[in-house]
Amino acid sequence: MSSNQKRLAAGGRISREQPVEFTFDGRRLVGYRGDTLASALLANGVTLVGRSFKYHRPRGIFSAGPEEPNALVTLGTAGRREPNLPATTLELADGMVVESQNRWPSLAFDVQSINSLLAPFLSAGFYYKMFMGPTRRAWMFYEHFIRKAAGLGRAGTDPDPDRYEVRHTFADVAIVGGGPAGLSAARAAAAAGARVALIEQDFLLGGQLLADPSDGVAASWLRQAKAELESFENVTLMRRTTAFGAYDGNVIGLVEQCGQTDPQRAGEARQTFTMLRARSIVFATGAIERPMVFSNNDRPSVMLASAARTYLNRYAVLPGKKVIVATGNDGAWRTAFDYAASGAEVMVADLRAAPPAALTAEAARLRVAVRAGTRIVDLDGGHAVRRTTLAGPGGESQTACDLVCMSGGWSPTVHLTSHLGVKPVYRDDIGGFVPGAFTAGRFGAGSMMGTHSTADAIDDGHRAGIEAASFCGKSASVPAPSKLDLGETATAPLREISSAGRGKAFVDFQMDVTTKDIELAHREGYESVEHLKRYTTLGMGTDQGKTSNFPALVAMAALRNATIPETGATTFRPPYTPVAIGALAGRATGHHFKPIRRTPMHDWHMANGAEMLEVGLWMRPYFYRQSGRDVNEAYVAEMRTVRQAAGLMDISTLGKIDVQGPDAAIFLDRVYANGFAKLPVGRARYGVMLRDDGIVFDDGTTTRLAENRFFMTTSTAKAADVLSRLEFLLDTAWPDLRVAVTSVSDEWAAMSVAGPKSCAILSAAFPALDVSDEALPHMGRLESEWEGRALRILRLSYSGERAYEIYVGATAGGQLWSRLLEAGRAFDLKPYGVEALGALRVEKGHVAGPEIDGRTTLDDLGLGRMAGKRTGFVGDVLRRRPAYLAPYRQRLVGLECIEDGKRLRGGAILFLPGEKPYGHGRGRITSVTFSPERGHYVGLALLAGDVAVEGNEITAVYPMKDETVRARIVSPVFLDPQGERLHG
Amino acid sequence: MLRIECPCCGLRDQDEFRYGGDASVTRPGHDDPDPEAWYRYVYVRANPAGLHREFWQHVIGCRQWLMVERDTRNHAIASVAFARKAPAKKSFTQTSLAQKSLTKKSPVRKSTA
Repeated sequence: MSSNQKRLAAGGRISREQPVEFTFDGRRLVGYRGDTLASALLANGVTLVGRSFKYHRPRGIFSAGPEEPNALVTLGTAGRREPNLPATTLELADGMVVESQNRWPSLAFDVQSINSLLAPFLSAGFYYKMFMGPTRRAWMFYEHFIRKAAGLGRAGTDPDPDRYEVRHTFADVAIVGGGPAGLSAARAAAAAGARVALIEQDFLLGGQLLADPSDGVAASWLRQAKAELESFENVTLMRRTTAFGAYDGNVIGLVEQCGQTDPQRAGEARQTFTMLRARSIVFATGAIERPMVFSNNDRPSVMLASAARTYLNRYAVLPGKKVIVATGNDGAWRTAFDYAASGAEVMVADLRAAPPAALTAEAARLRVAVRAGTRIVDLDGGHAVRRTTLAGPGGESQTACDLVCMSGGWSPTVHLTSHLGVKPVYRDDIGGFVPGAFTAGRFGAGSMMGTHSTADAIDDGHRAGIEAASFCGKSASVPAPSKLDLGETATAPLREISSAGRGKAFVDFQMDVTTKDIELAHREGYESVEHLKRYTTLGMGTDQGKTSNFPALVAMAALRNATIPETGATTFRPPYTPVAIGALAGRATGHHFKPIRRTPMHDWHMANGAEMLEVGLWMRPYFYRQSGRDVNEAYVAEMRTVRQAAGLMDISTLGKIDVQGPDAAIFLDRVYANGFAKLPVGRARYGVMLRDDGIVFDDGTTTRLAENRFFMTTSTAKAADVLSRLEFLLDTAWPDLRVAVTSVSDEWAAMSVAGPKSCAILSAAFPALDVSDEALPHMGRLESEWEGRALRILRLSYSGERAYEIYVGATAGGQLWSRLLEAGRAFDLKPYGVEALGALRVEKGHVAGPEIDGRTTLDDLGLGRMAGKRTGFVGDVLRRRPAYLAPYRQRLVGLECIEDGKRLRGGAILFLPGEKPYGHGRGRITSVTFSPERGHYVGLALLAGDVAVEGNEITAVYPMKDETVRARIVSPVFLDPQGERLHG
Repeated sequence: MLRIECPCCGLRDQDEFRYGGDASVTRPGHDDPDPEAWYRYVYVRANPAGLHREFWQHVIGCRQWLMVERDTRNHAIASVAFARKAPAKKSFTQTSLAQKSLTKKSPVRKSTA
């Protein structure tokens, strides 16, 4: 076969001097710059391009745009492999590697087309029926085979080497669609003075004007419109850019294909995702032609009439020489005329008994045969059509052909407006749904609003452009647009779907839904369009049913004997066309997925063997490798160091809030369950905050720095929530309190020295400071300076040992950390990580995140006495509601493992001894640790109060590992209940 | 995505804000002992189809709590105002007054009374 054998010698919008090589299923082919993959395949005589989803039927190119249901291909290899791309939207690029999909072993010979024979089993509702009733077991067996056979392309599993970008941008007026209405709107809005973004999915502007001859009046109008737009500095032309979603706040999601096809843009991102925020939007999204429904209407070389015209005029491809144009409207006749003018033998089969005389006269002039009152009922041909069966007034006749062009009318493209909640309304005069009422700042223009002729679309766009600009306060005077009359005549829309019932007549080509499936759905009671969609999977393909929704609706309306508005339409949701996840992610992949917060001592941890752990956004030392081979060995060693000598812990991640103002003490008294008003200056206190509903919110310590100034710390996880909550209370609940709260979390580096030798270490590190028990008692505070930075030492303990929290200006954190380790070397000071920290607090019976889980009250956690009889604090009323005080409510207990060689596990479910381990049990273990002090595993648990008797036995069941362990209920304080070690 | 016109910072994406719930419910006084009042404040919501008054905080911005009127049917935002109304100003003057009287009387005393 010679190359480009279907290409005309002249015309079209392709550059014949710029050949482009590509491969299709390994075959080397040549197209031209300006081609899409689809036009290049057609030019090379390739009609069979894919196999269908369910039945593996041969499929060809159906459309010339994003509505394509058939010609889906996989582009690229390895990590660049991208499946299910419509060949009709792929701009041809040098070296493109394209594969057809859903075929095995080859496209031409596909063994699974045998699925066609299984069709009775693959009918509508197939999945539902398999899942229910006796076939359910069979499904388990067949699932693998069916899933393998049905489907589309497969994505690659290698990492994608390409770059994707995310961009944020703004415009006064966004115009979606670069057809005649959109171009006219852009010109008007720009001339009025608005900053305009014109969005066009194609690589050329023009929309349907591109289907007109490239040397005619449409082409010269387009040339002029483009030149005029390019002359505006306030217009951004965004080609190759699809508006895939319209969202609240006039935000439009755009994805631009770039860097693949334009050699000048090589090295740029492959796709760019743009969030465009516009003050007003003009939707000029056009309309999509509908197919006709007849037997075997899915065969290759059956295409939409407008697509056939586009391939001829835009790409100079003559895909067939014996052409049947099947229609019920005037527009498709233009396809017939253009094909006849290009030398094809053409016959028009028009449903109407008397097509307009002007058309028949032109047909006679161009020697186009006309069959009035005639429809296609069947079609022969495997990989390409050979013959059609026409039914007309004179009965049935067969006609040989190699291309069938069909037009079932046009559906306005209302997808984006539907995204915004604008309900489509049916217009009987055009036989289609148009958007209903827009909210302020949104406008529609052109055929998406039901405008018929190009001349009207241009006027409509002009009006919409002026209105949209005026909405943004831009209303300079705008000269009238130049006219373009293409002489379109109004047409009666097609409202009937017929199937002769011989072979399969497809409604949804991509999902392989036929008229029979719709009949079946109707018969089985799935009459609502929403049910029809889900029962038959109609419209659920990657094309979102762009060509199938309306014909299906017409078919269902006929079956129900209802009108189309009565039958209703389904809701379109984003995205309009599929969007690669890579584009949405942009550069936020791998460790850029979310921000990372590092403490001032991070570099030291990394350089000194710390195994890091992600805690929210923070990176914290998990354990240090010099402490042990793995975490279990290391944390126990680190615990021993703290209990016997001293450990150093990075606690910079704690939330730190500066609370200031004359009413600061009153404020804290209200937000904490325990009192703070009487806290003396220079002393710290542990505090617990509740939510309004009486559940524990967070805990931490707050130190009174001065009469009207406090230093609050929060847990790492709740830092942002606590600050926001405090601000909420001050702004909305108690605006009369004169208090300001400020986050100082990032201003301070913080570290804790804990252990019996901690005081000695402090003395060594700060020889000028008096850190004696008299100067710095338990819960005491010391303010000073270190190396010119603020230094704050609080004597607080989390581990149960004598301990000090040392705060220093953040930039000096690393320096002070090293200084402390140096000073502590003689005292065996070693760093420890969060695993040891957690273990130390469990041993001491302190609650933390696993216990403060948003479901526990103060009483549940054994902290009820902190609030005592206080009132007037957040949560105090609802914490006393009866259900929270019920005796069966789970409360905090300690558990110790009483079986040798076994361990407790967090998450284990608790049952009474001998009780059948079924259901939710009596409680669960929240935190566990091996206790070096006790020599076995201990844990904290939440256990039903009516069985939580200290000394009794309980069974901990861990079904994930099939473990059952006996444990004893004990006090949650496993170590030093008198708190003597705090002073040790 | 909602776009909220912060009275302090201008028109911003909703990503910069934190939602703070229904603003039409009345929070009982901090020392109100009535469980019914707290129950209504915490749990009872009108859930209107139409204008909804709600709190938003401009967390990645001025950190002000805002009162936003949003139509729940189409997410159109009718108004945005500081949640902290007149008292913000009053408190400013009060603060300067209070600072003068600080030495005389500590406000802390009043709290647990």
